[in-house]
Amino acid sequence: MTTKLDPLALSGAKAKGKRPWFLKDPDVERVMNITLALMQEVAVLRERMDTIERLMERDGKVTKASIEAFTPTKKEAEERGAWTQEYIARVLRIVQQDREAIERGEEASSEEVAEEFATTTP
Amino acid sequence: MADTVRPPKTAPKGKAAKKEAAPAPRAYDGPPDYRVVGRHGVFPETTHDEVARFNFLAHMNRHLAANIMPGVGEAFEARIKPAFEKKEKRSFKDRHEVRKALTQDPMWQWWSALRRGTMESRQQAGRWVTLRQADDLNSKVREMTESDSRLVLAPGFRQPRSTEAIDHHCMPGSYHTELVPGDVTGPANYDIGIFATTGGMLGRFNDGGGVAVAEWVKQNMPDFKPKRILDIGCGLGHNVVPLAQAYPDAEIVAVDAGAPMLRYGLARAKSLGVNNITFIQGDVSDLSQFEDNTFDWVQSTMFLHETSYKSMPKIFAETQRLLKPSGIVLHVEQPQYTADMPLFEQAMRDWDAFYNNEPFWTKMHEIDLDAWMEKAGFAKDALIHGGVAAVVDPEVFPEAAKDTKQEDYGRKAAWHVIGARKVA
Repeated sequence: MTTKLDPLALSGAKAKGKRPWFLKDPDVERVMNITLALMQEVAVLRERMDTIERLMERDGKVTKASIEAFTPTKKEAEERGAWTQEYIARVLRIVQQDREAIERGEEASSEEVAEEFATTTP
Repeated sequence: MADTVRPPKTAPKGKAAKKEAAPAPRAYDGPPDYRVVGRHGVFPETTHDEVARFNFLAHMNRHLAANIMPGVGEAFEARIKPAFEKKEKRSFKDRHEVRKALTQDPMWQWWSALRRGTMESRQQAGRWVTLRQADDLNSKVREMTESDSRLVLAPGFRQPRSTEAIDHHCMPGSYHTELVPGDVTGPANYDIGIFATTGGMLGRFNDGGGVAVAEWVKQNMPDFKPKRILDIGCGLGHNVVPLAQAYPDAEIVAVDAGAPMLRYGLARAKSLGVNNITFIQGDVSDLSQFEDNTFDWVQSTMFLHETSYKSMPKIFAETQRLLKPSGIVLHVEQPQYTADMPLFEQAMRDWDAFYNNEPFWTKMHEIDLDAWMEKAGFAKDALIHGGVAAVVDPEVFPEAAKDTKQEDYGRKAAWHVIGARKVA
């Protein structure tokens, strides 16, 4: 049987039900979603690179088939997982900093401190 | 501009530094590699890069739960709650007020936007894998099920409103859509991607919940020897297969509204060597095809929240009717919103209801389940309460019961059990 299903057209289908938007400007959220998708694809590339490196070290050569068949050991998987954790933490740094800013509460800006340092009166 | 960062004075130098083995920067606490997921006979093939995509998504979900979601709680305590109380001169009166206040805060907004985006990416990733091999999957499942009496579909079956109204958890096509006749790409997508959604919390065959239920019953009711078990809202059967494995001599009936789930479920179970389950298409609020007093055990696992106010009392009444005297019914769900649960937690748990297409989740979790069970005819002193956490291979998978680092409200692989024994 030949299917008429086009995976490219159907994979990204919208789920039934009006989509909620979260950020103040939906266009910012659209860009965020595109960035998120690219972030995913960089992780995919990196995992492939890592596989190629490990195969080269192990076998001295690499083929498409050996990439597909590669299964990391638990230790290797943890090294790769640790990289992904680092990577996500790096990309989402600004969110981490927003979180830390909540903890810190009101802080003086450098501009405000500059004013303070420029004051000569005791 | 001068870089003000200098190495600490205590840093080892020269020979001393060389002698020390490079310490691991930190103990690994992330999800396992996707390749530990169990591959049954109808599991879709995945390429290296498709696996890598699921790995990334599992990590994203873990990062969101462990590192970003706590920021929402911190924002709530530090600014959202104080601002509300200052303006309104009173505290929040219910979870809806809390949620509406949360939606105005950037920490909640970014966590939510990222969480929704990750869910949509997960759907796309899984759909790509299954749709590109739709022909193979569909024909493989057809061959394994079409002349098997353990697949009972209802031609012309009309989907209940609770499954048809919206695509549950942003899964395009939900549980019932067939893109071509005999299509199983929907359930196959569900099956391959749940690892990413849960960060690997459900174990090798996504069966950590079902295994936990089976163990809980064996521990708490050692003398219980069910001969006939009914699983309602079985989906693709990942929660009922462990029951069938735990009670191999029992006859098991699994009911769902979605034909693709049932087809895939039977093929999946068979390929796992599980042959005592019959998959039947039906609306579980009307199971008149079954006689009164004919099941020893009626089970639902993470299903009630996908029903409705109208159907749930009917489901409870049906379970009471179908149980044999002394039979038990168990419903496994995320915890109810009881008075002792903070409003913030309730509001966070409601996220999936409003932002991940689980519309009944919110109302379902405020129901007095004990009262509803009693109304369905179960005796108050015969009600059963308990709790289970996913049982997985701890060498490979993270254990929900021991995971205190993240509380992914509503998604943690730890659940409450509400049930009853039918009075003899």
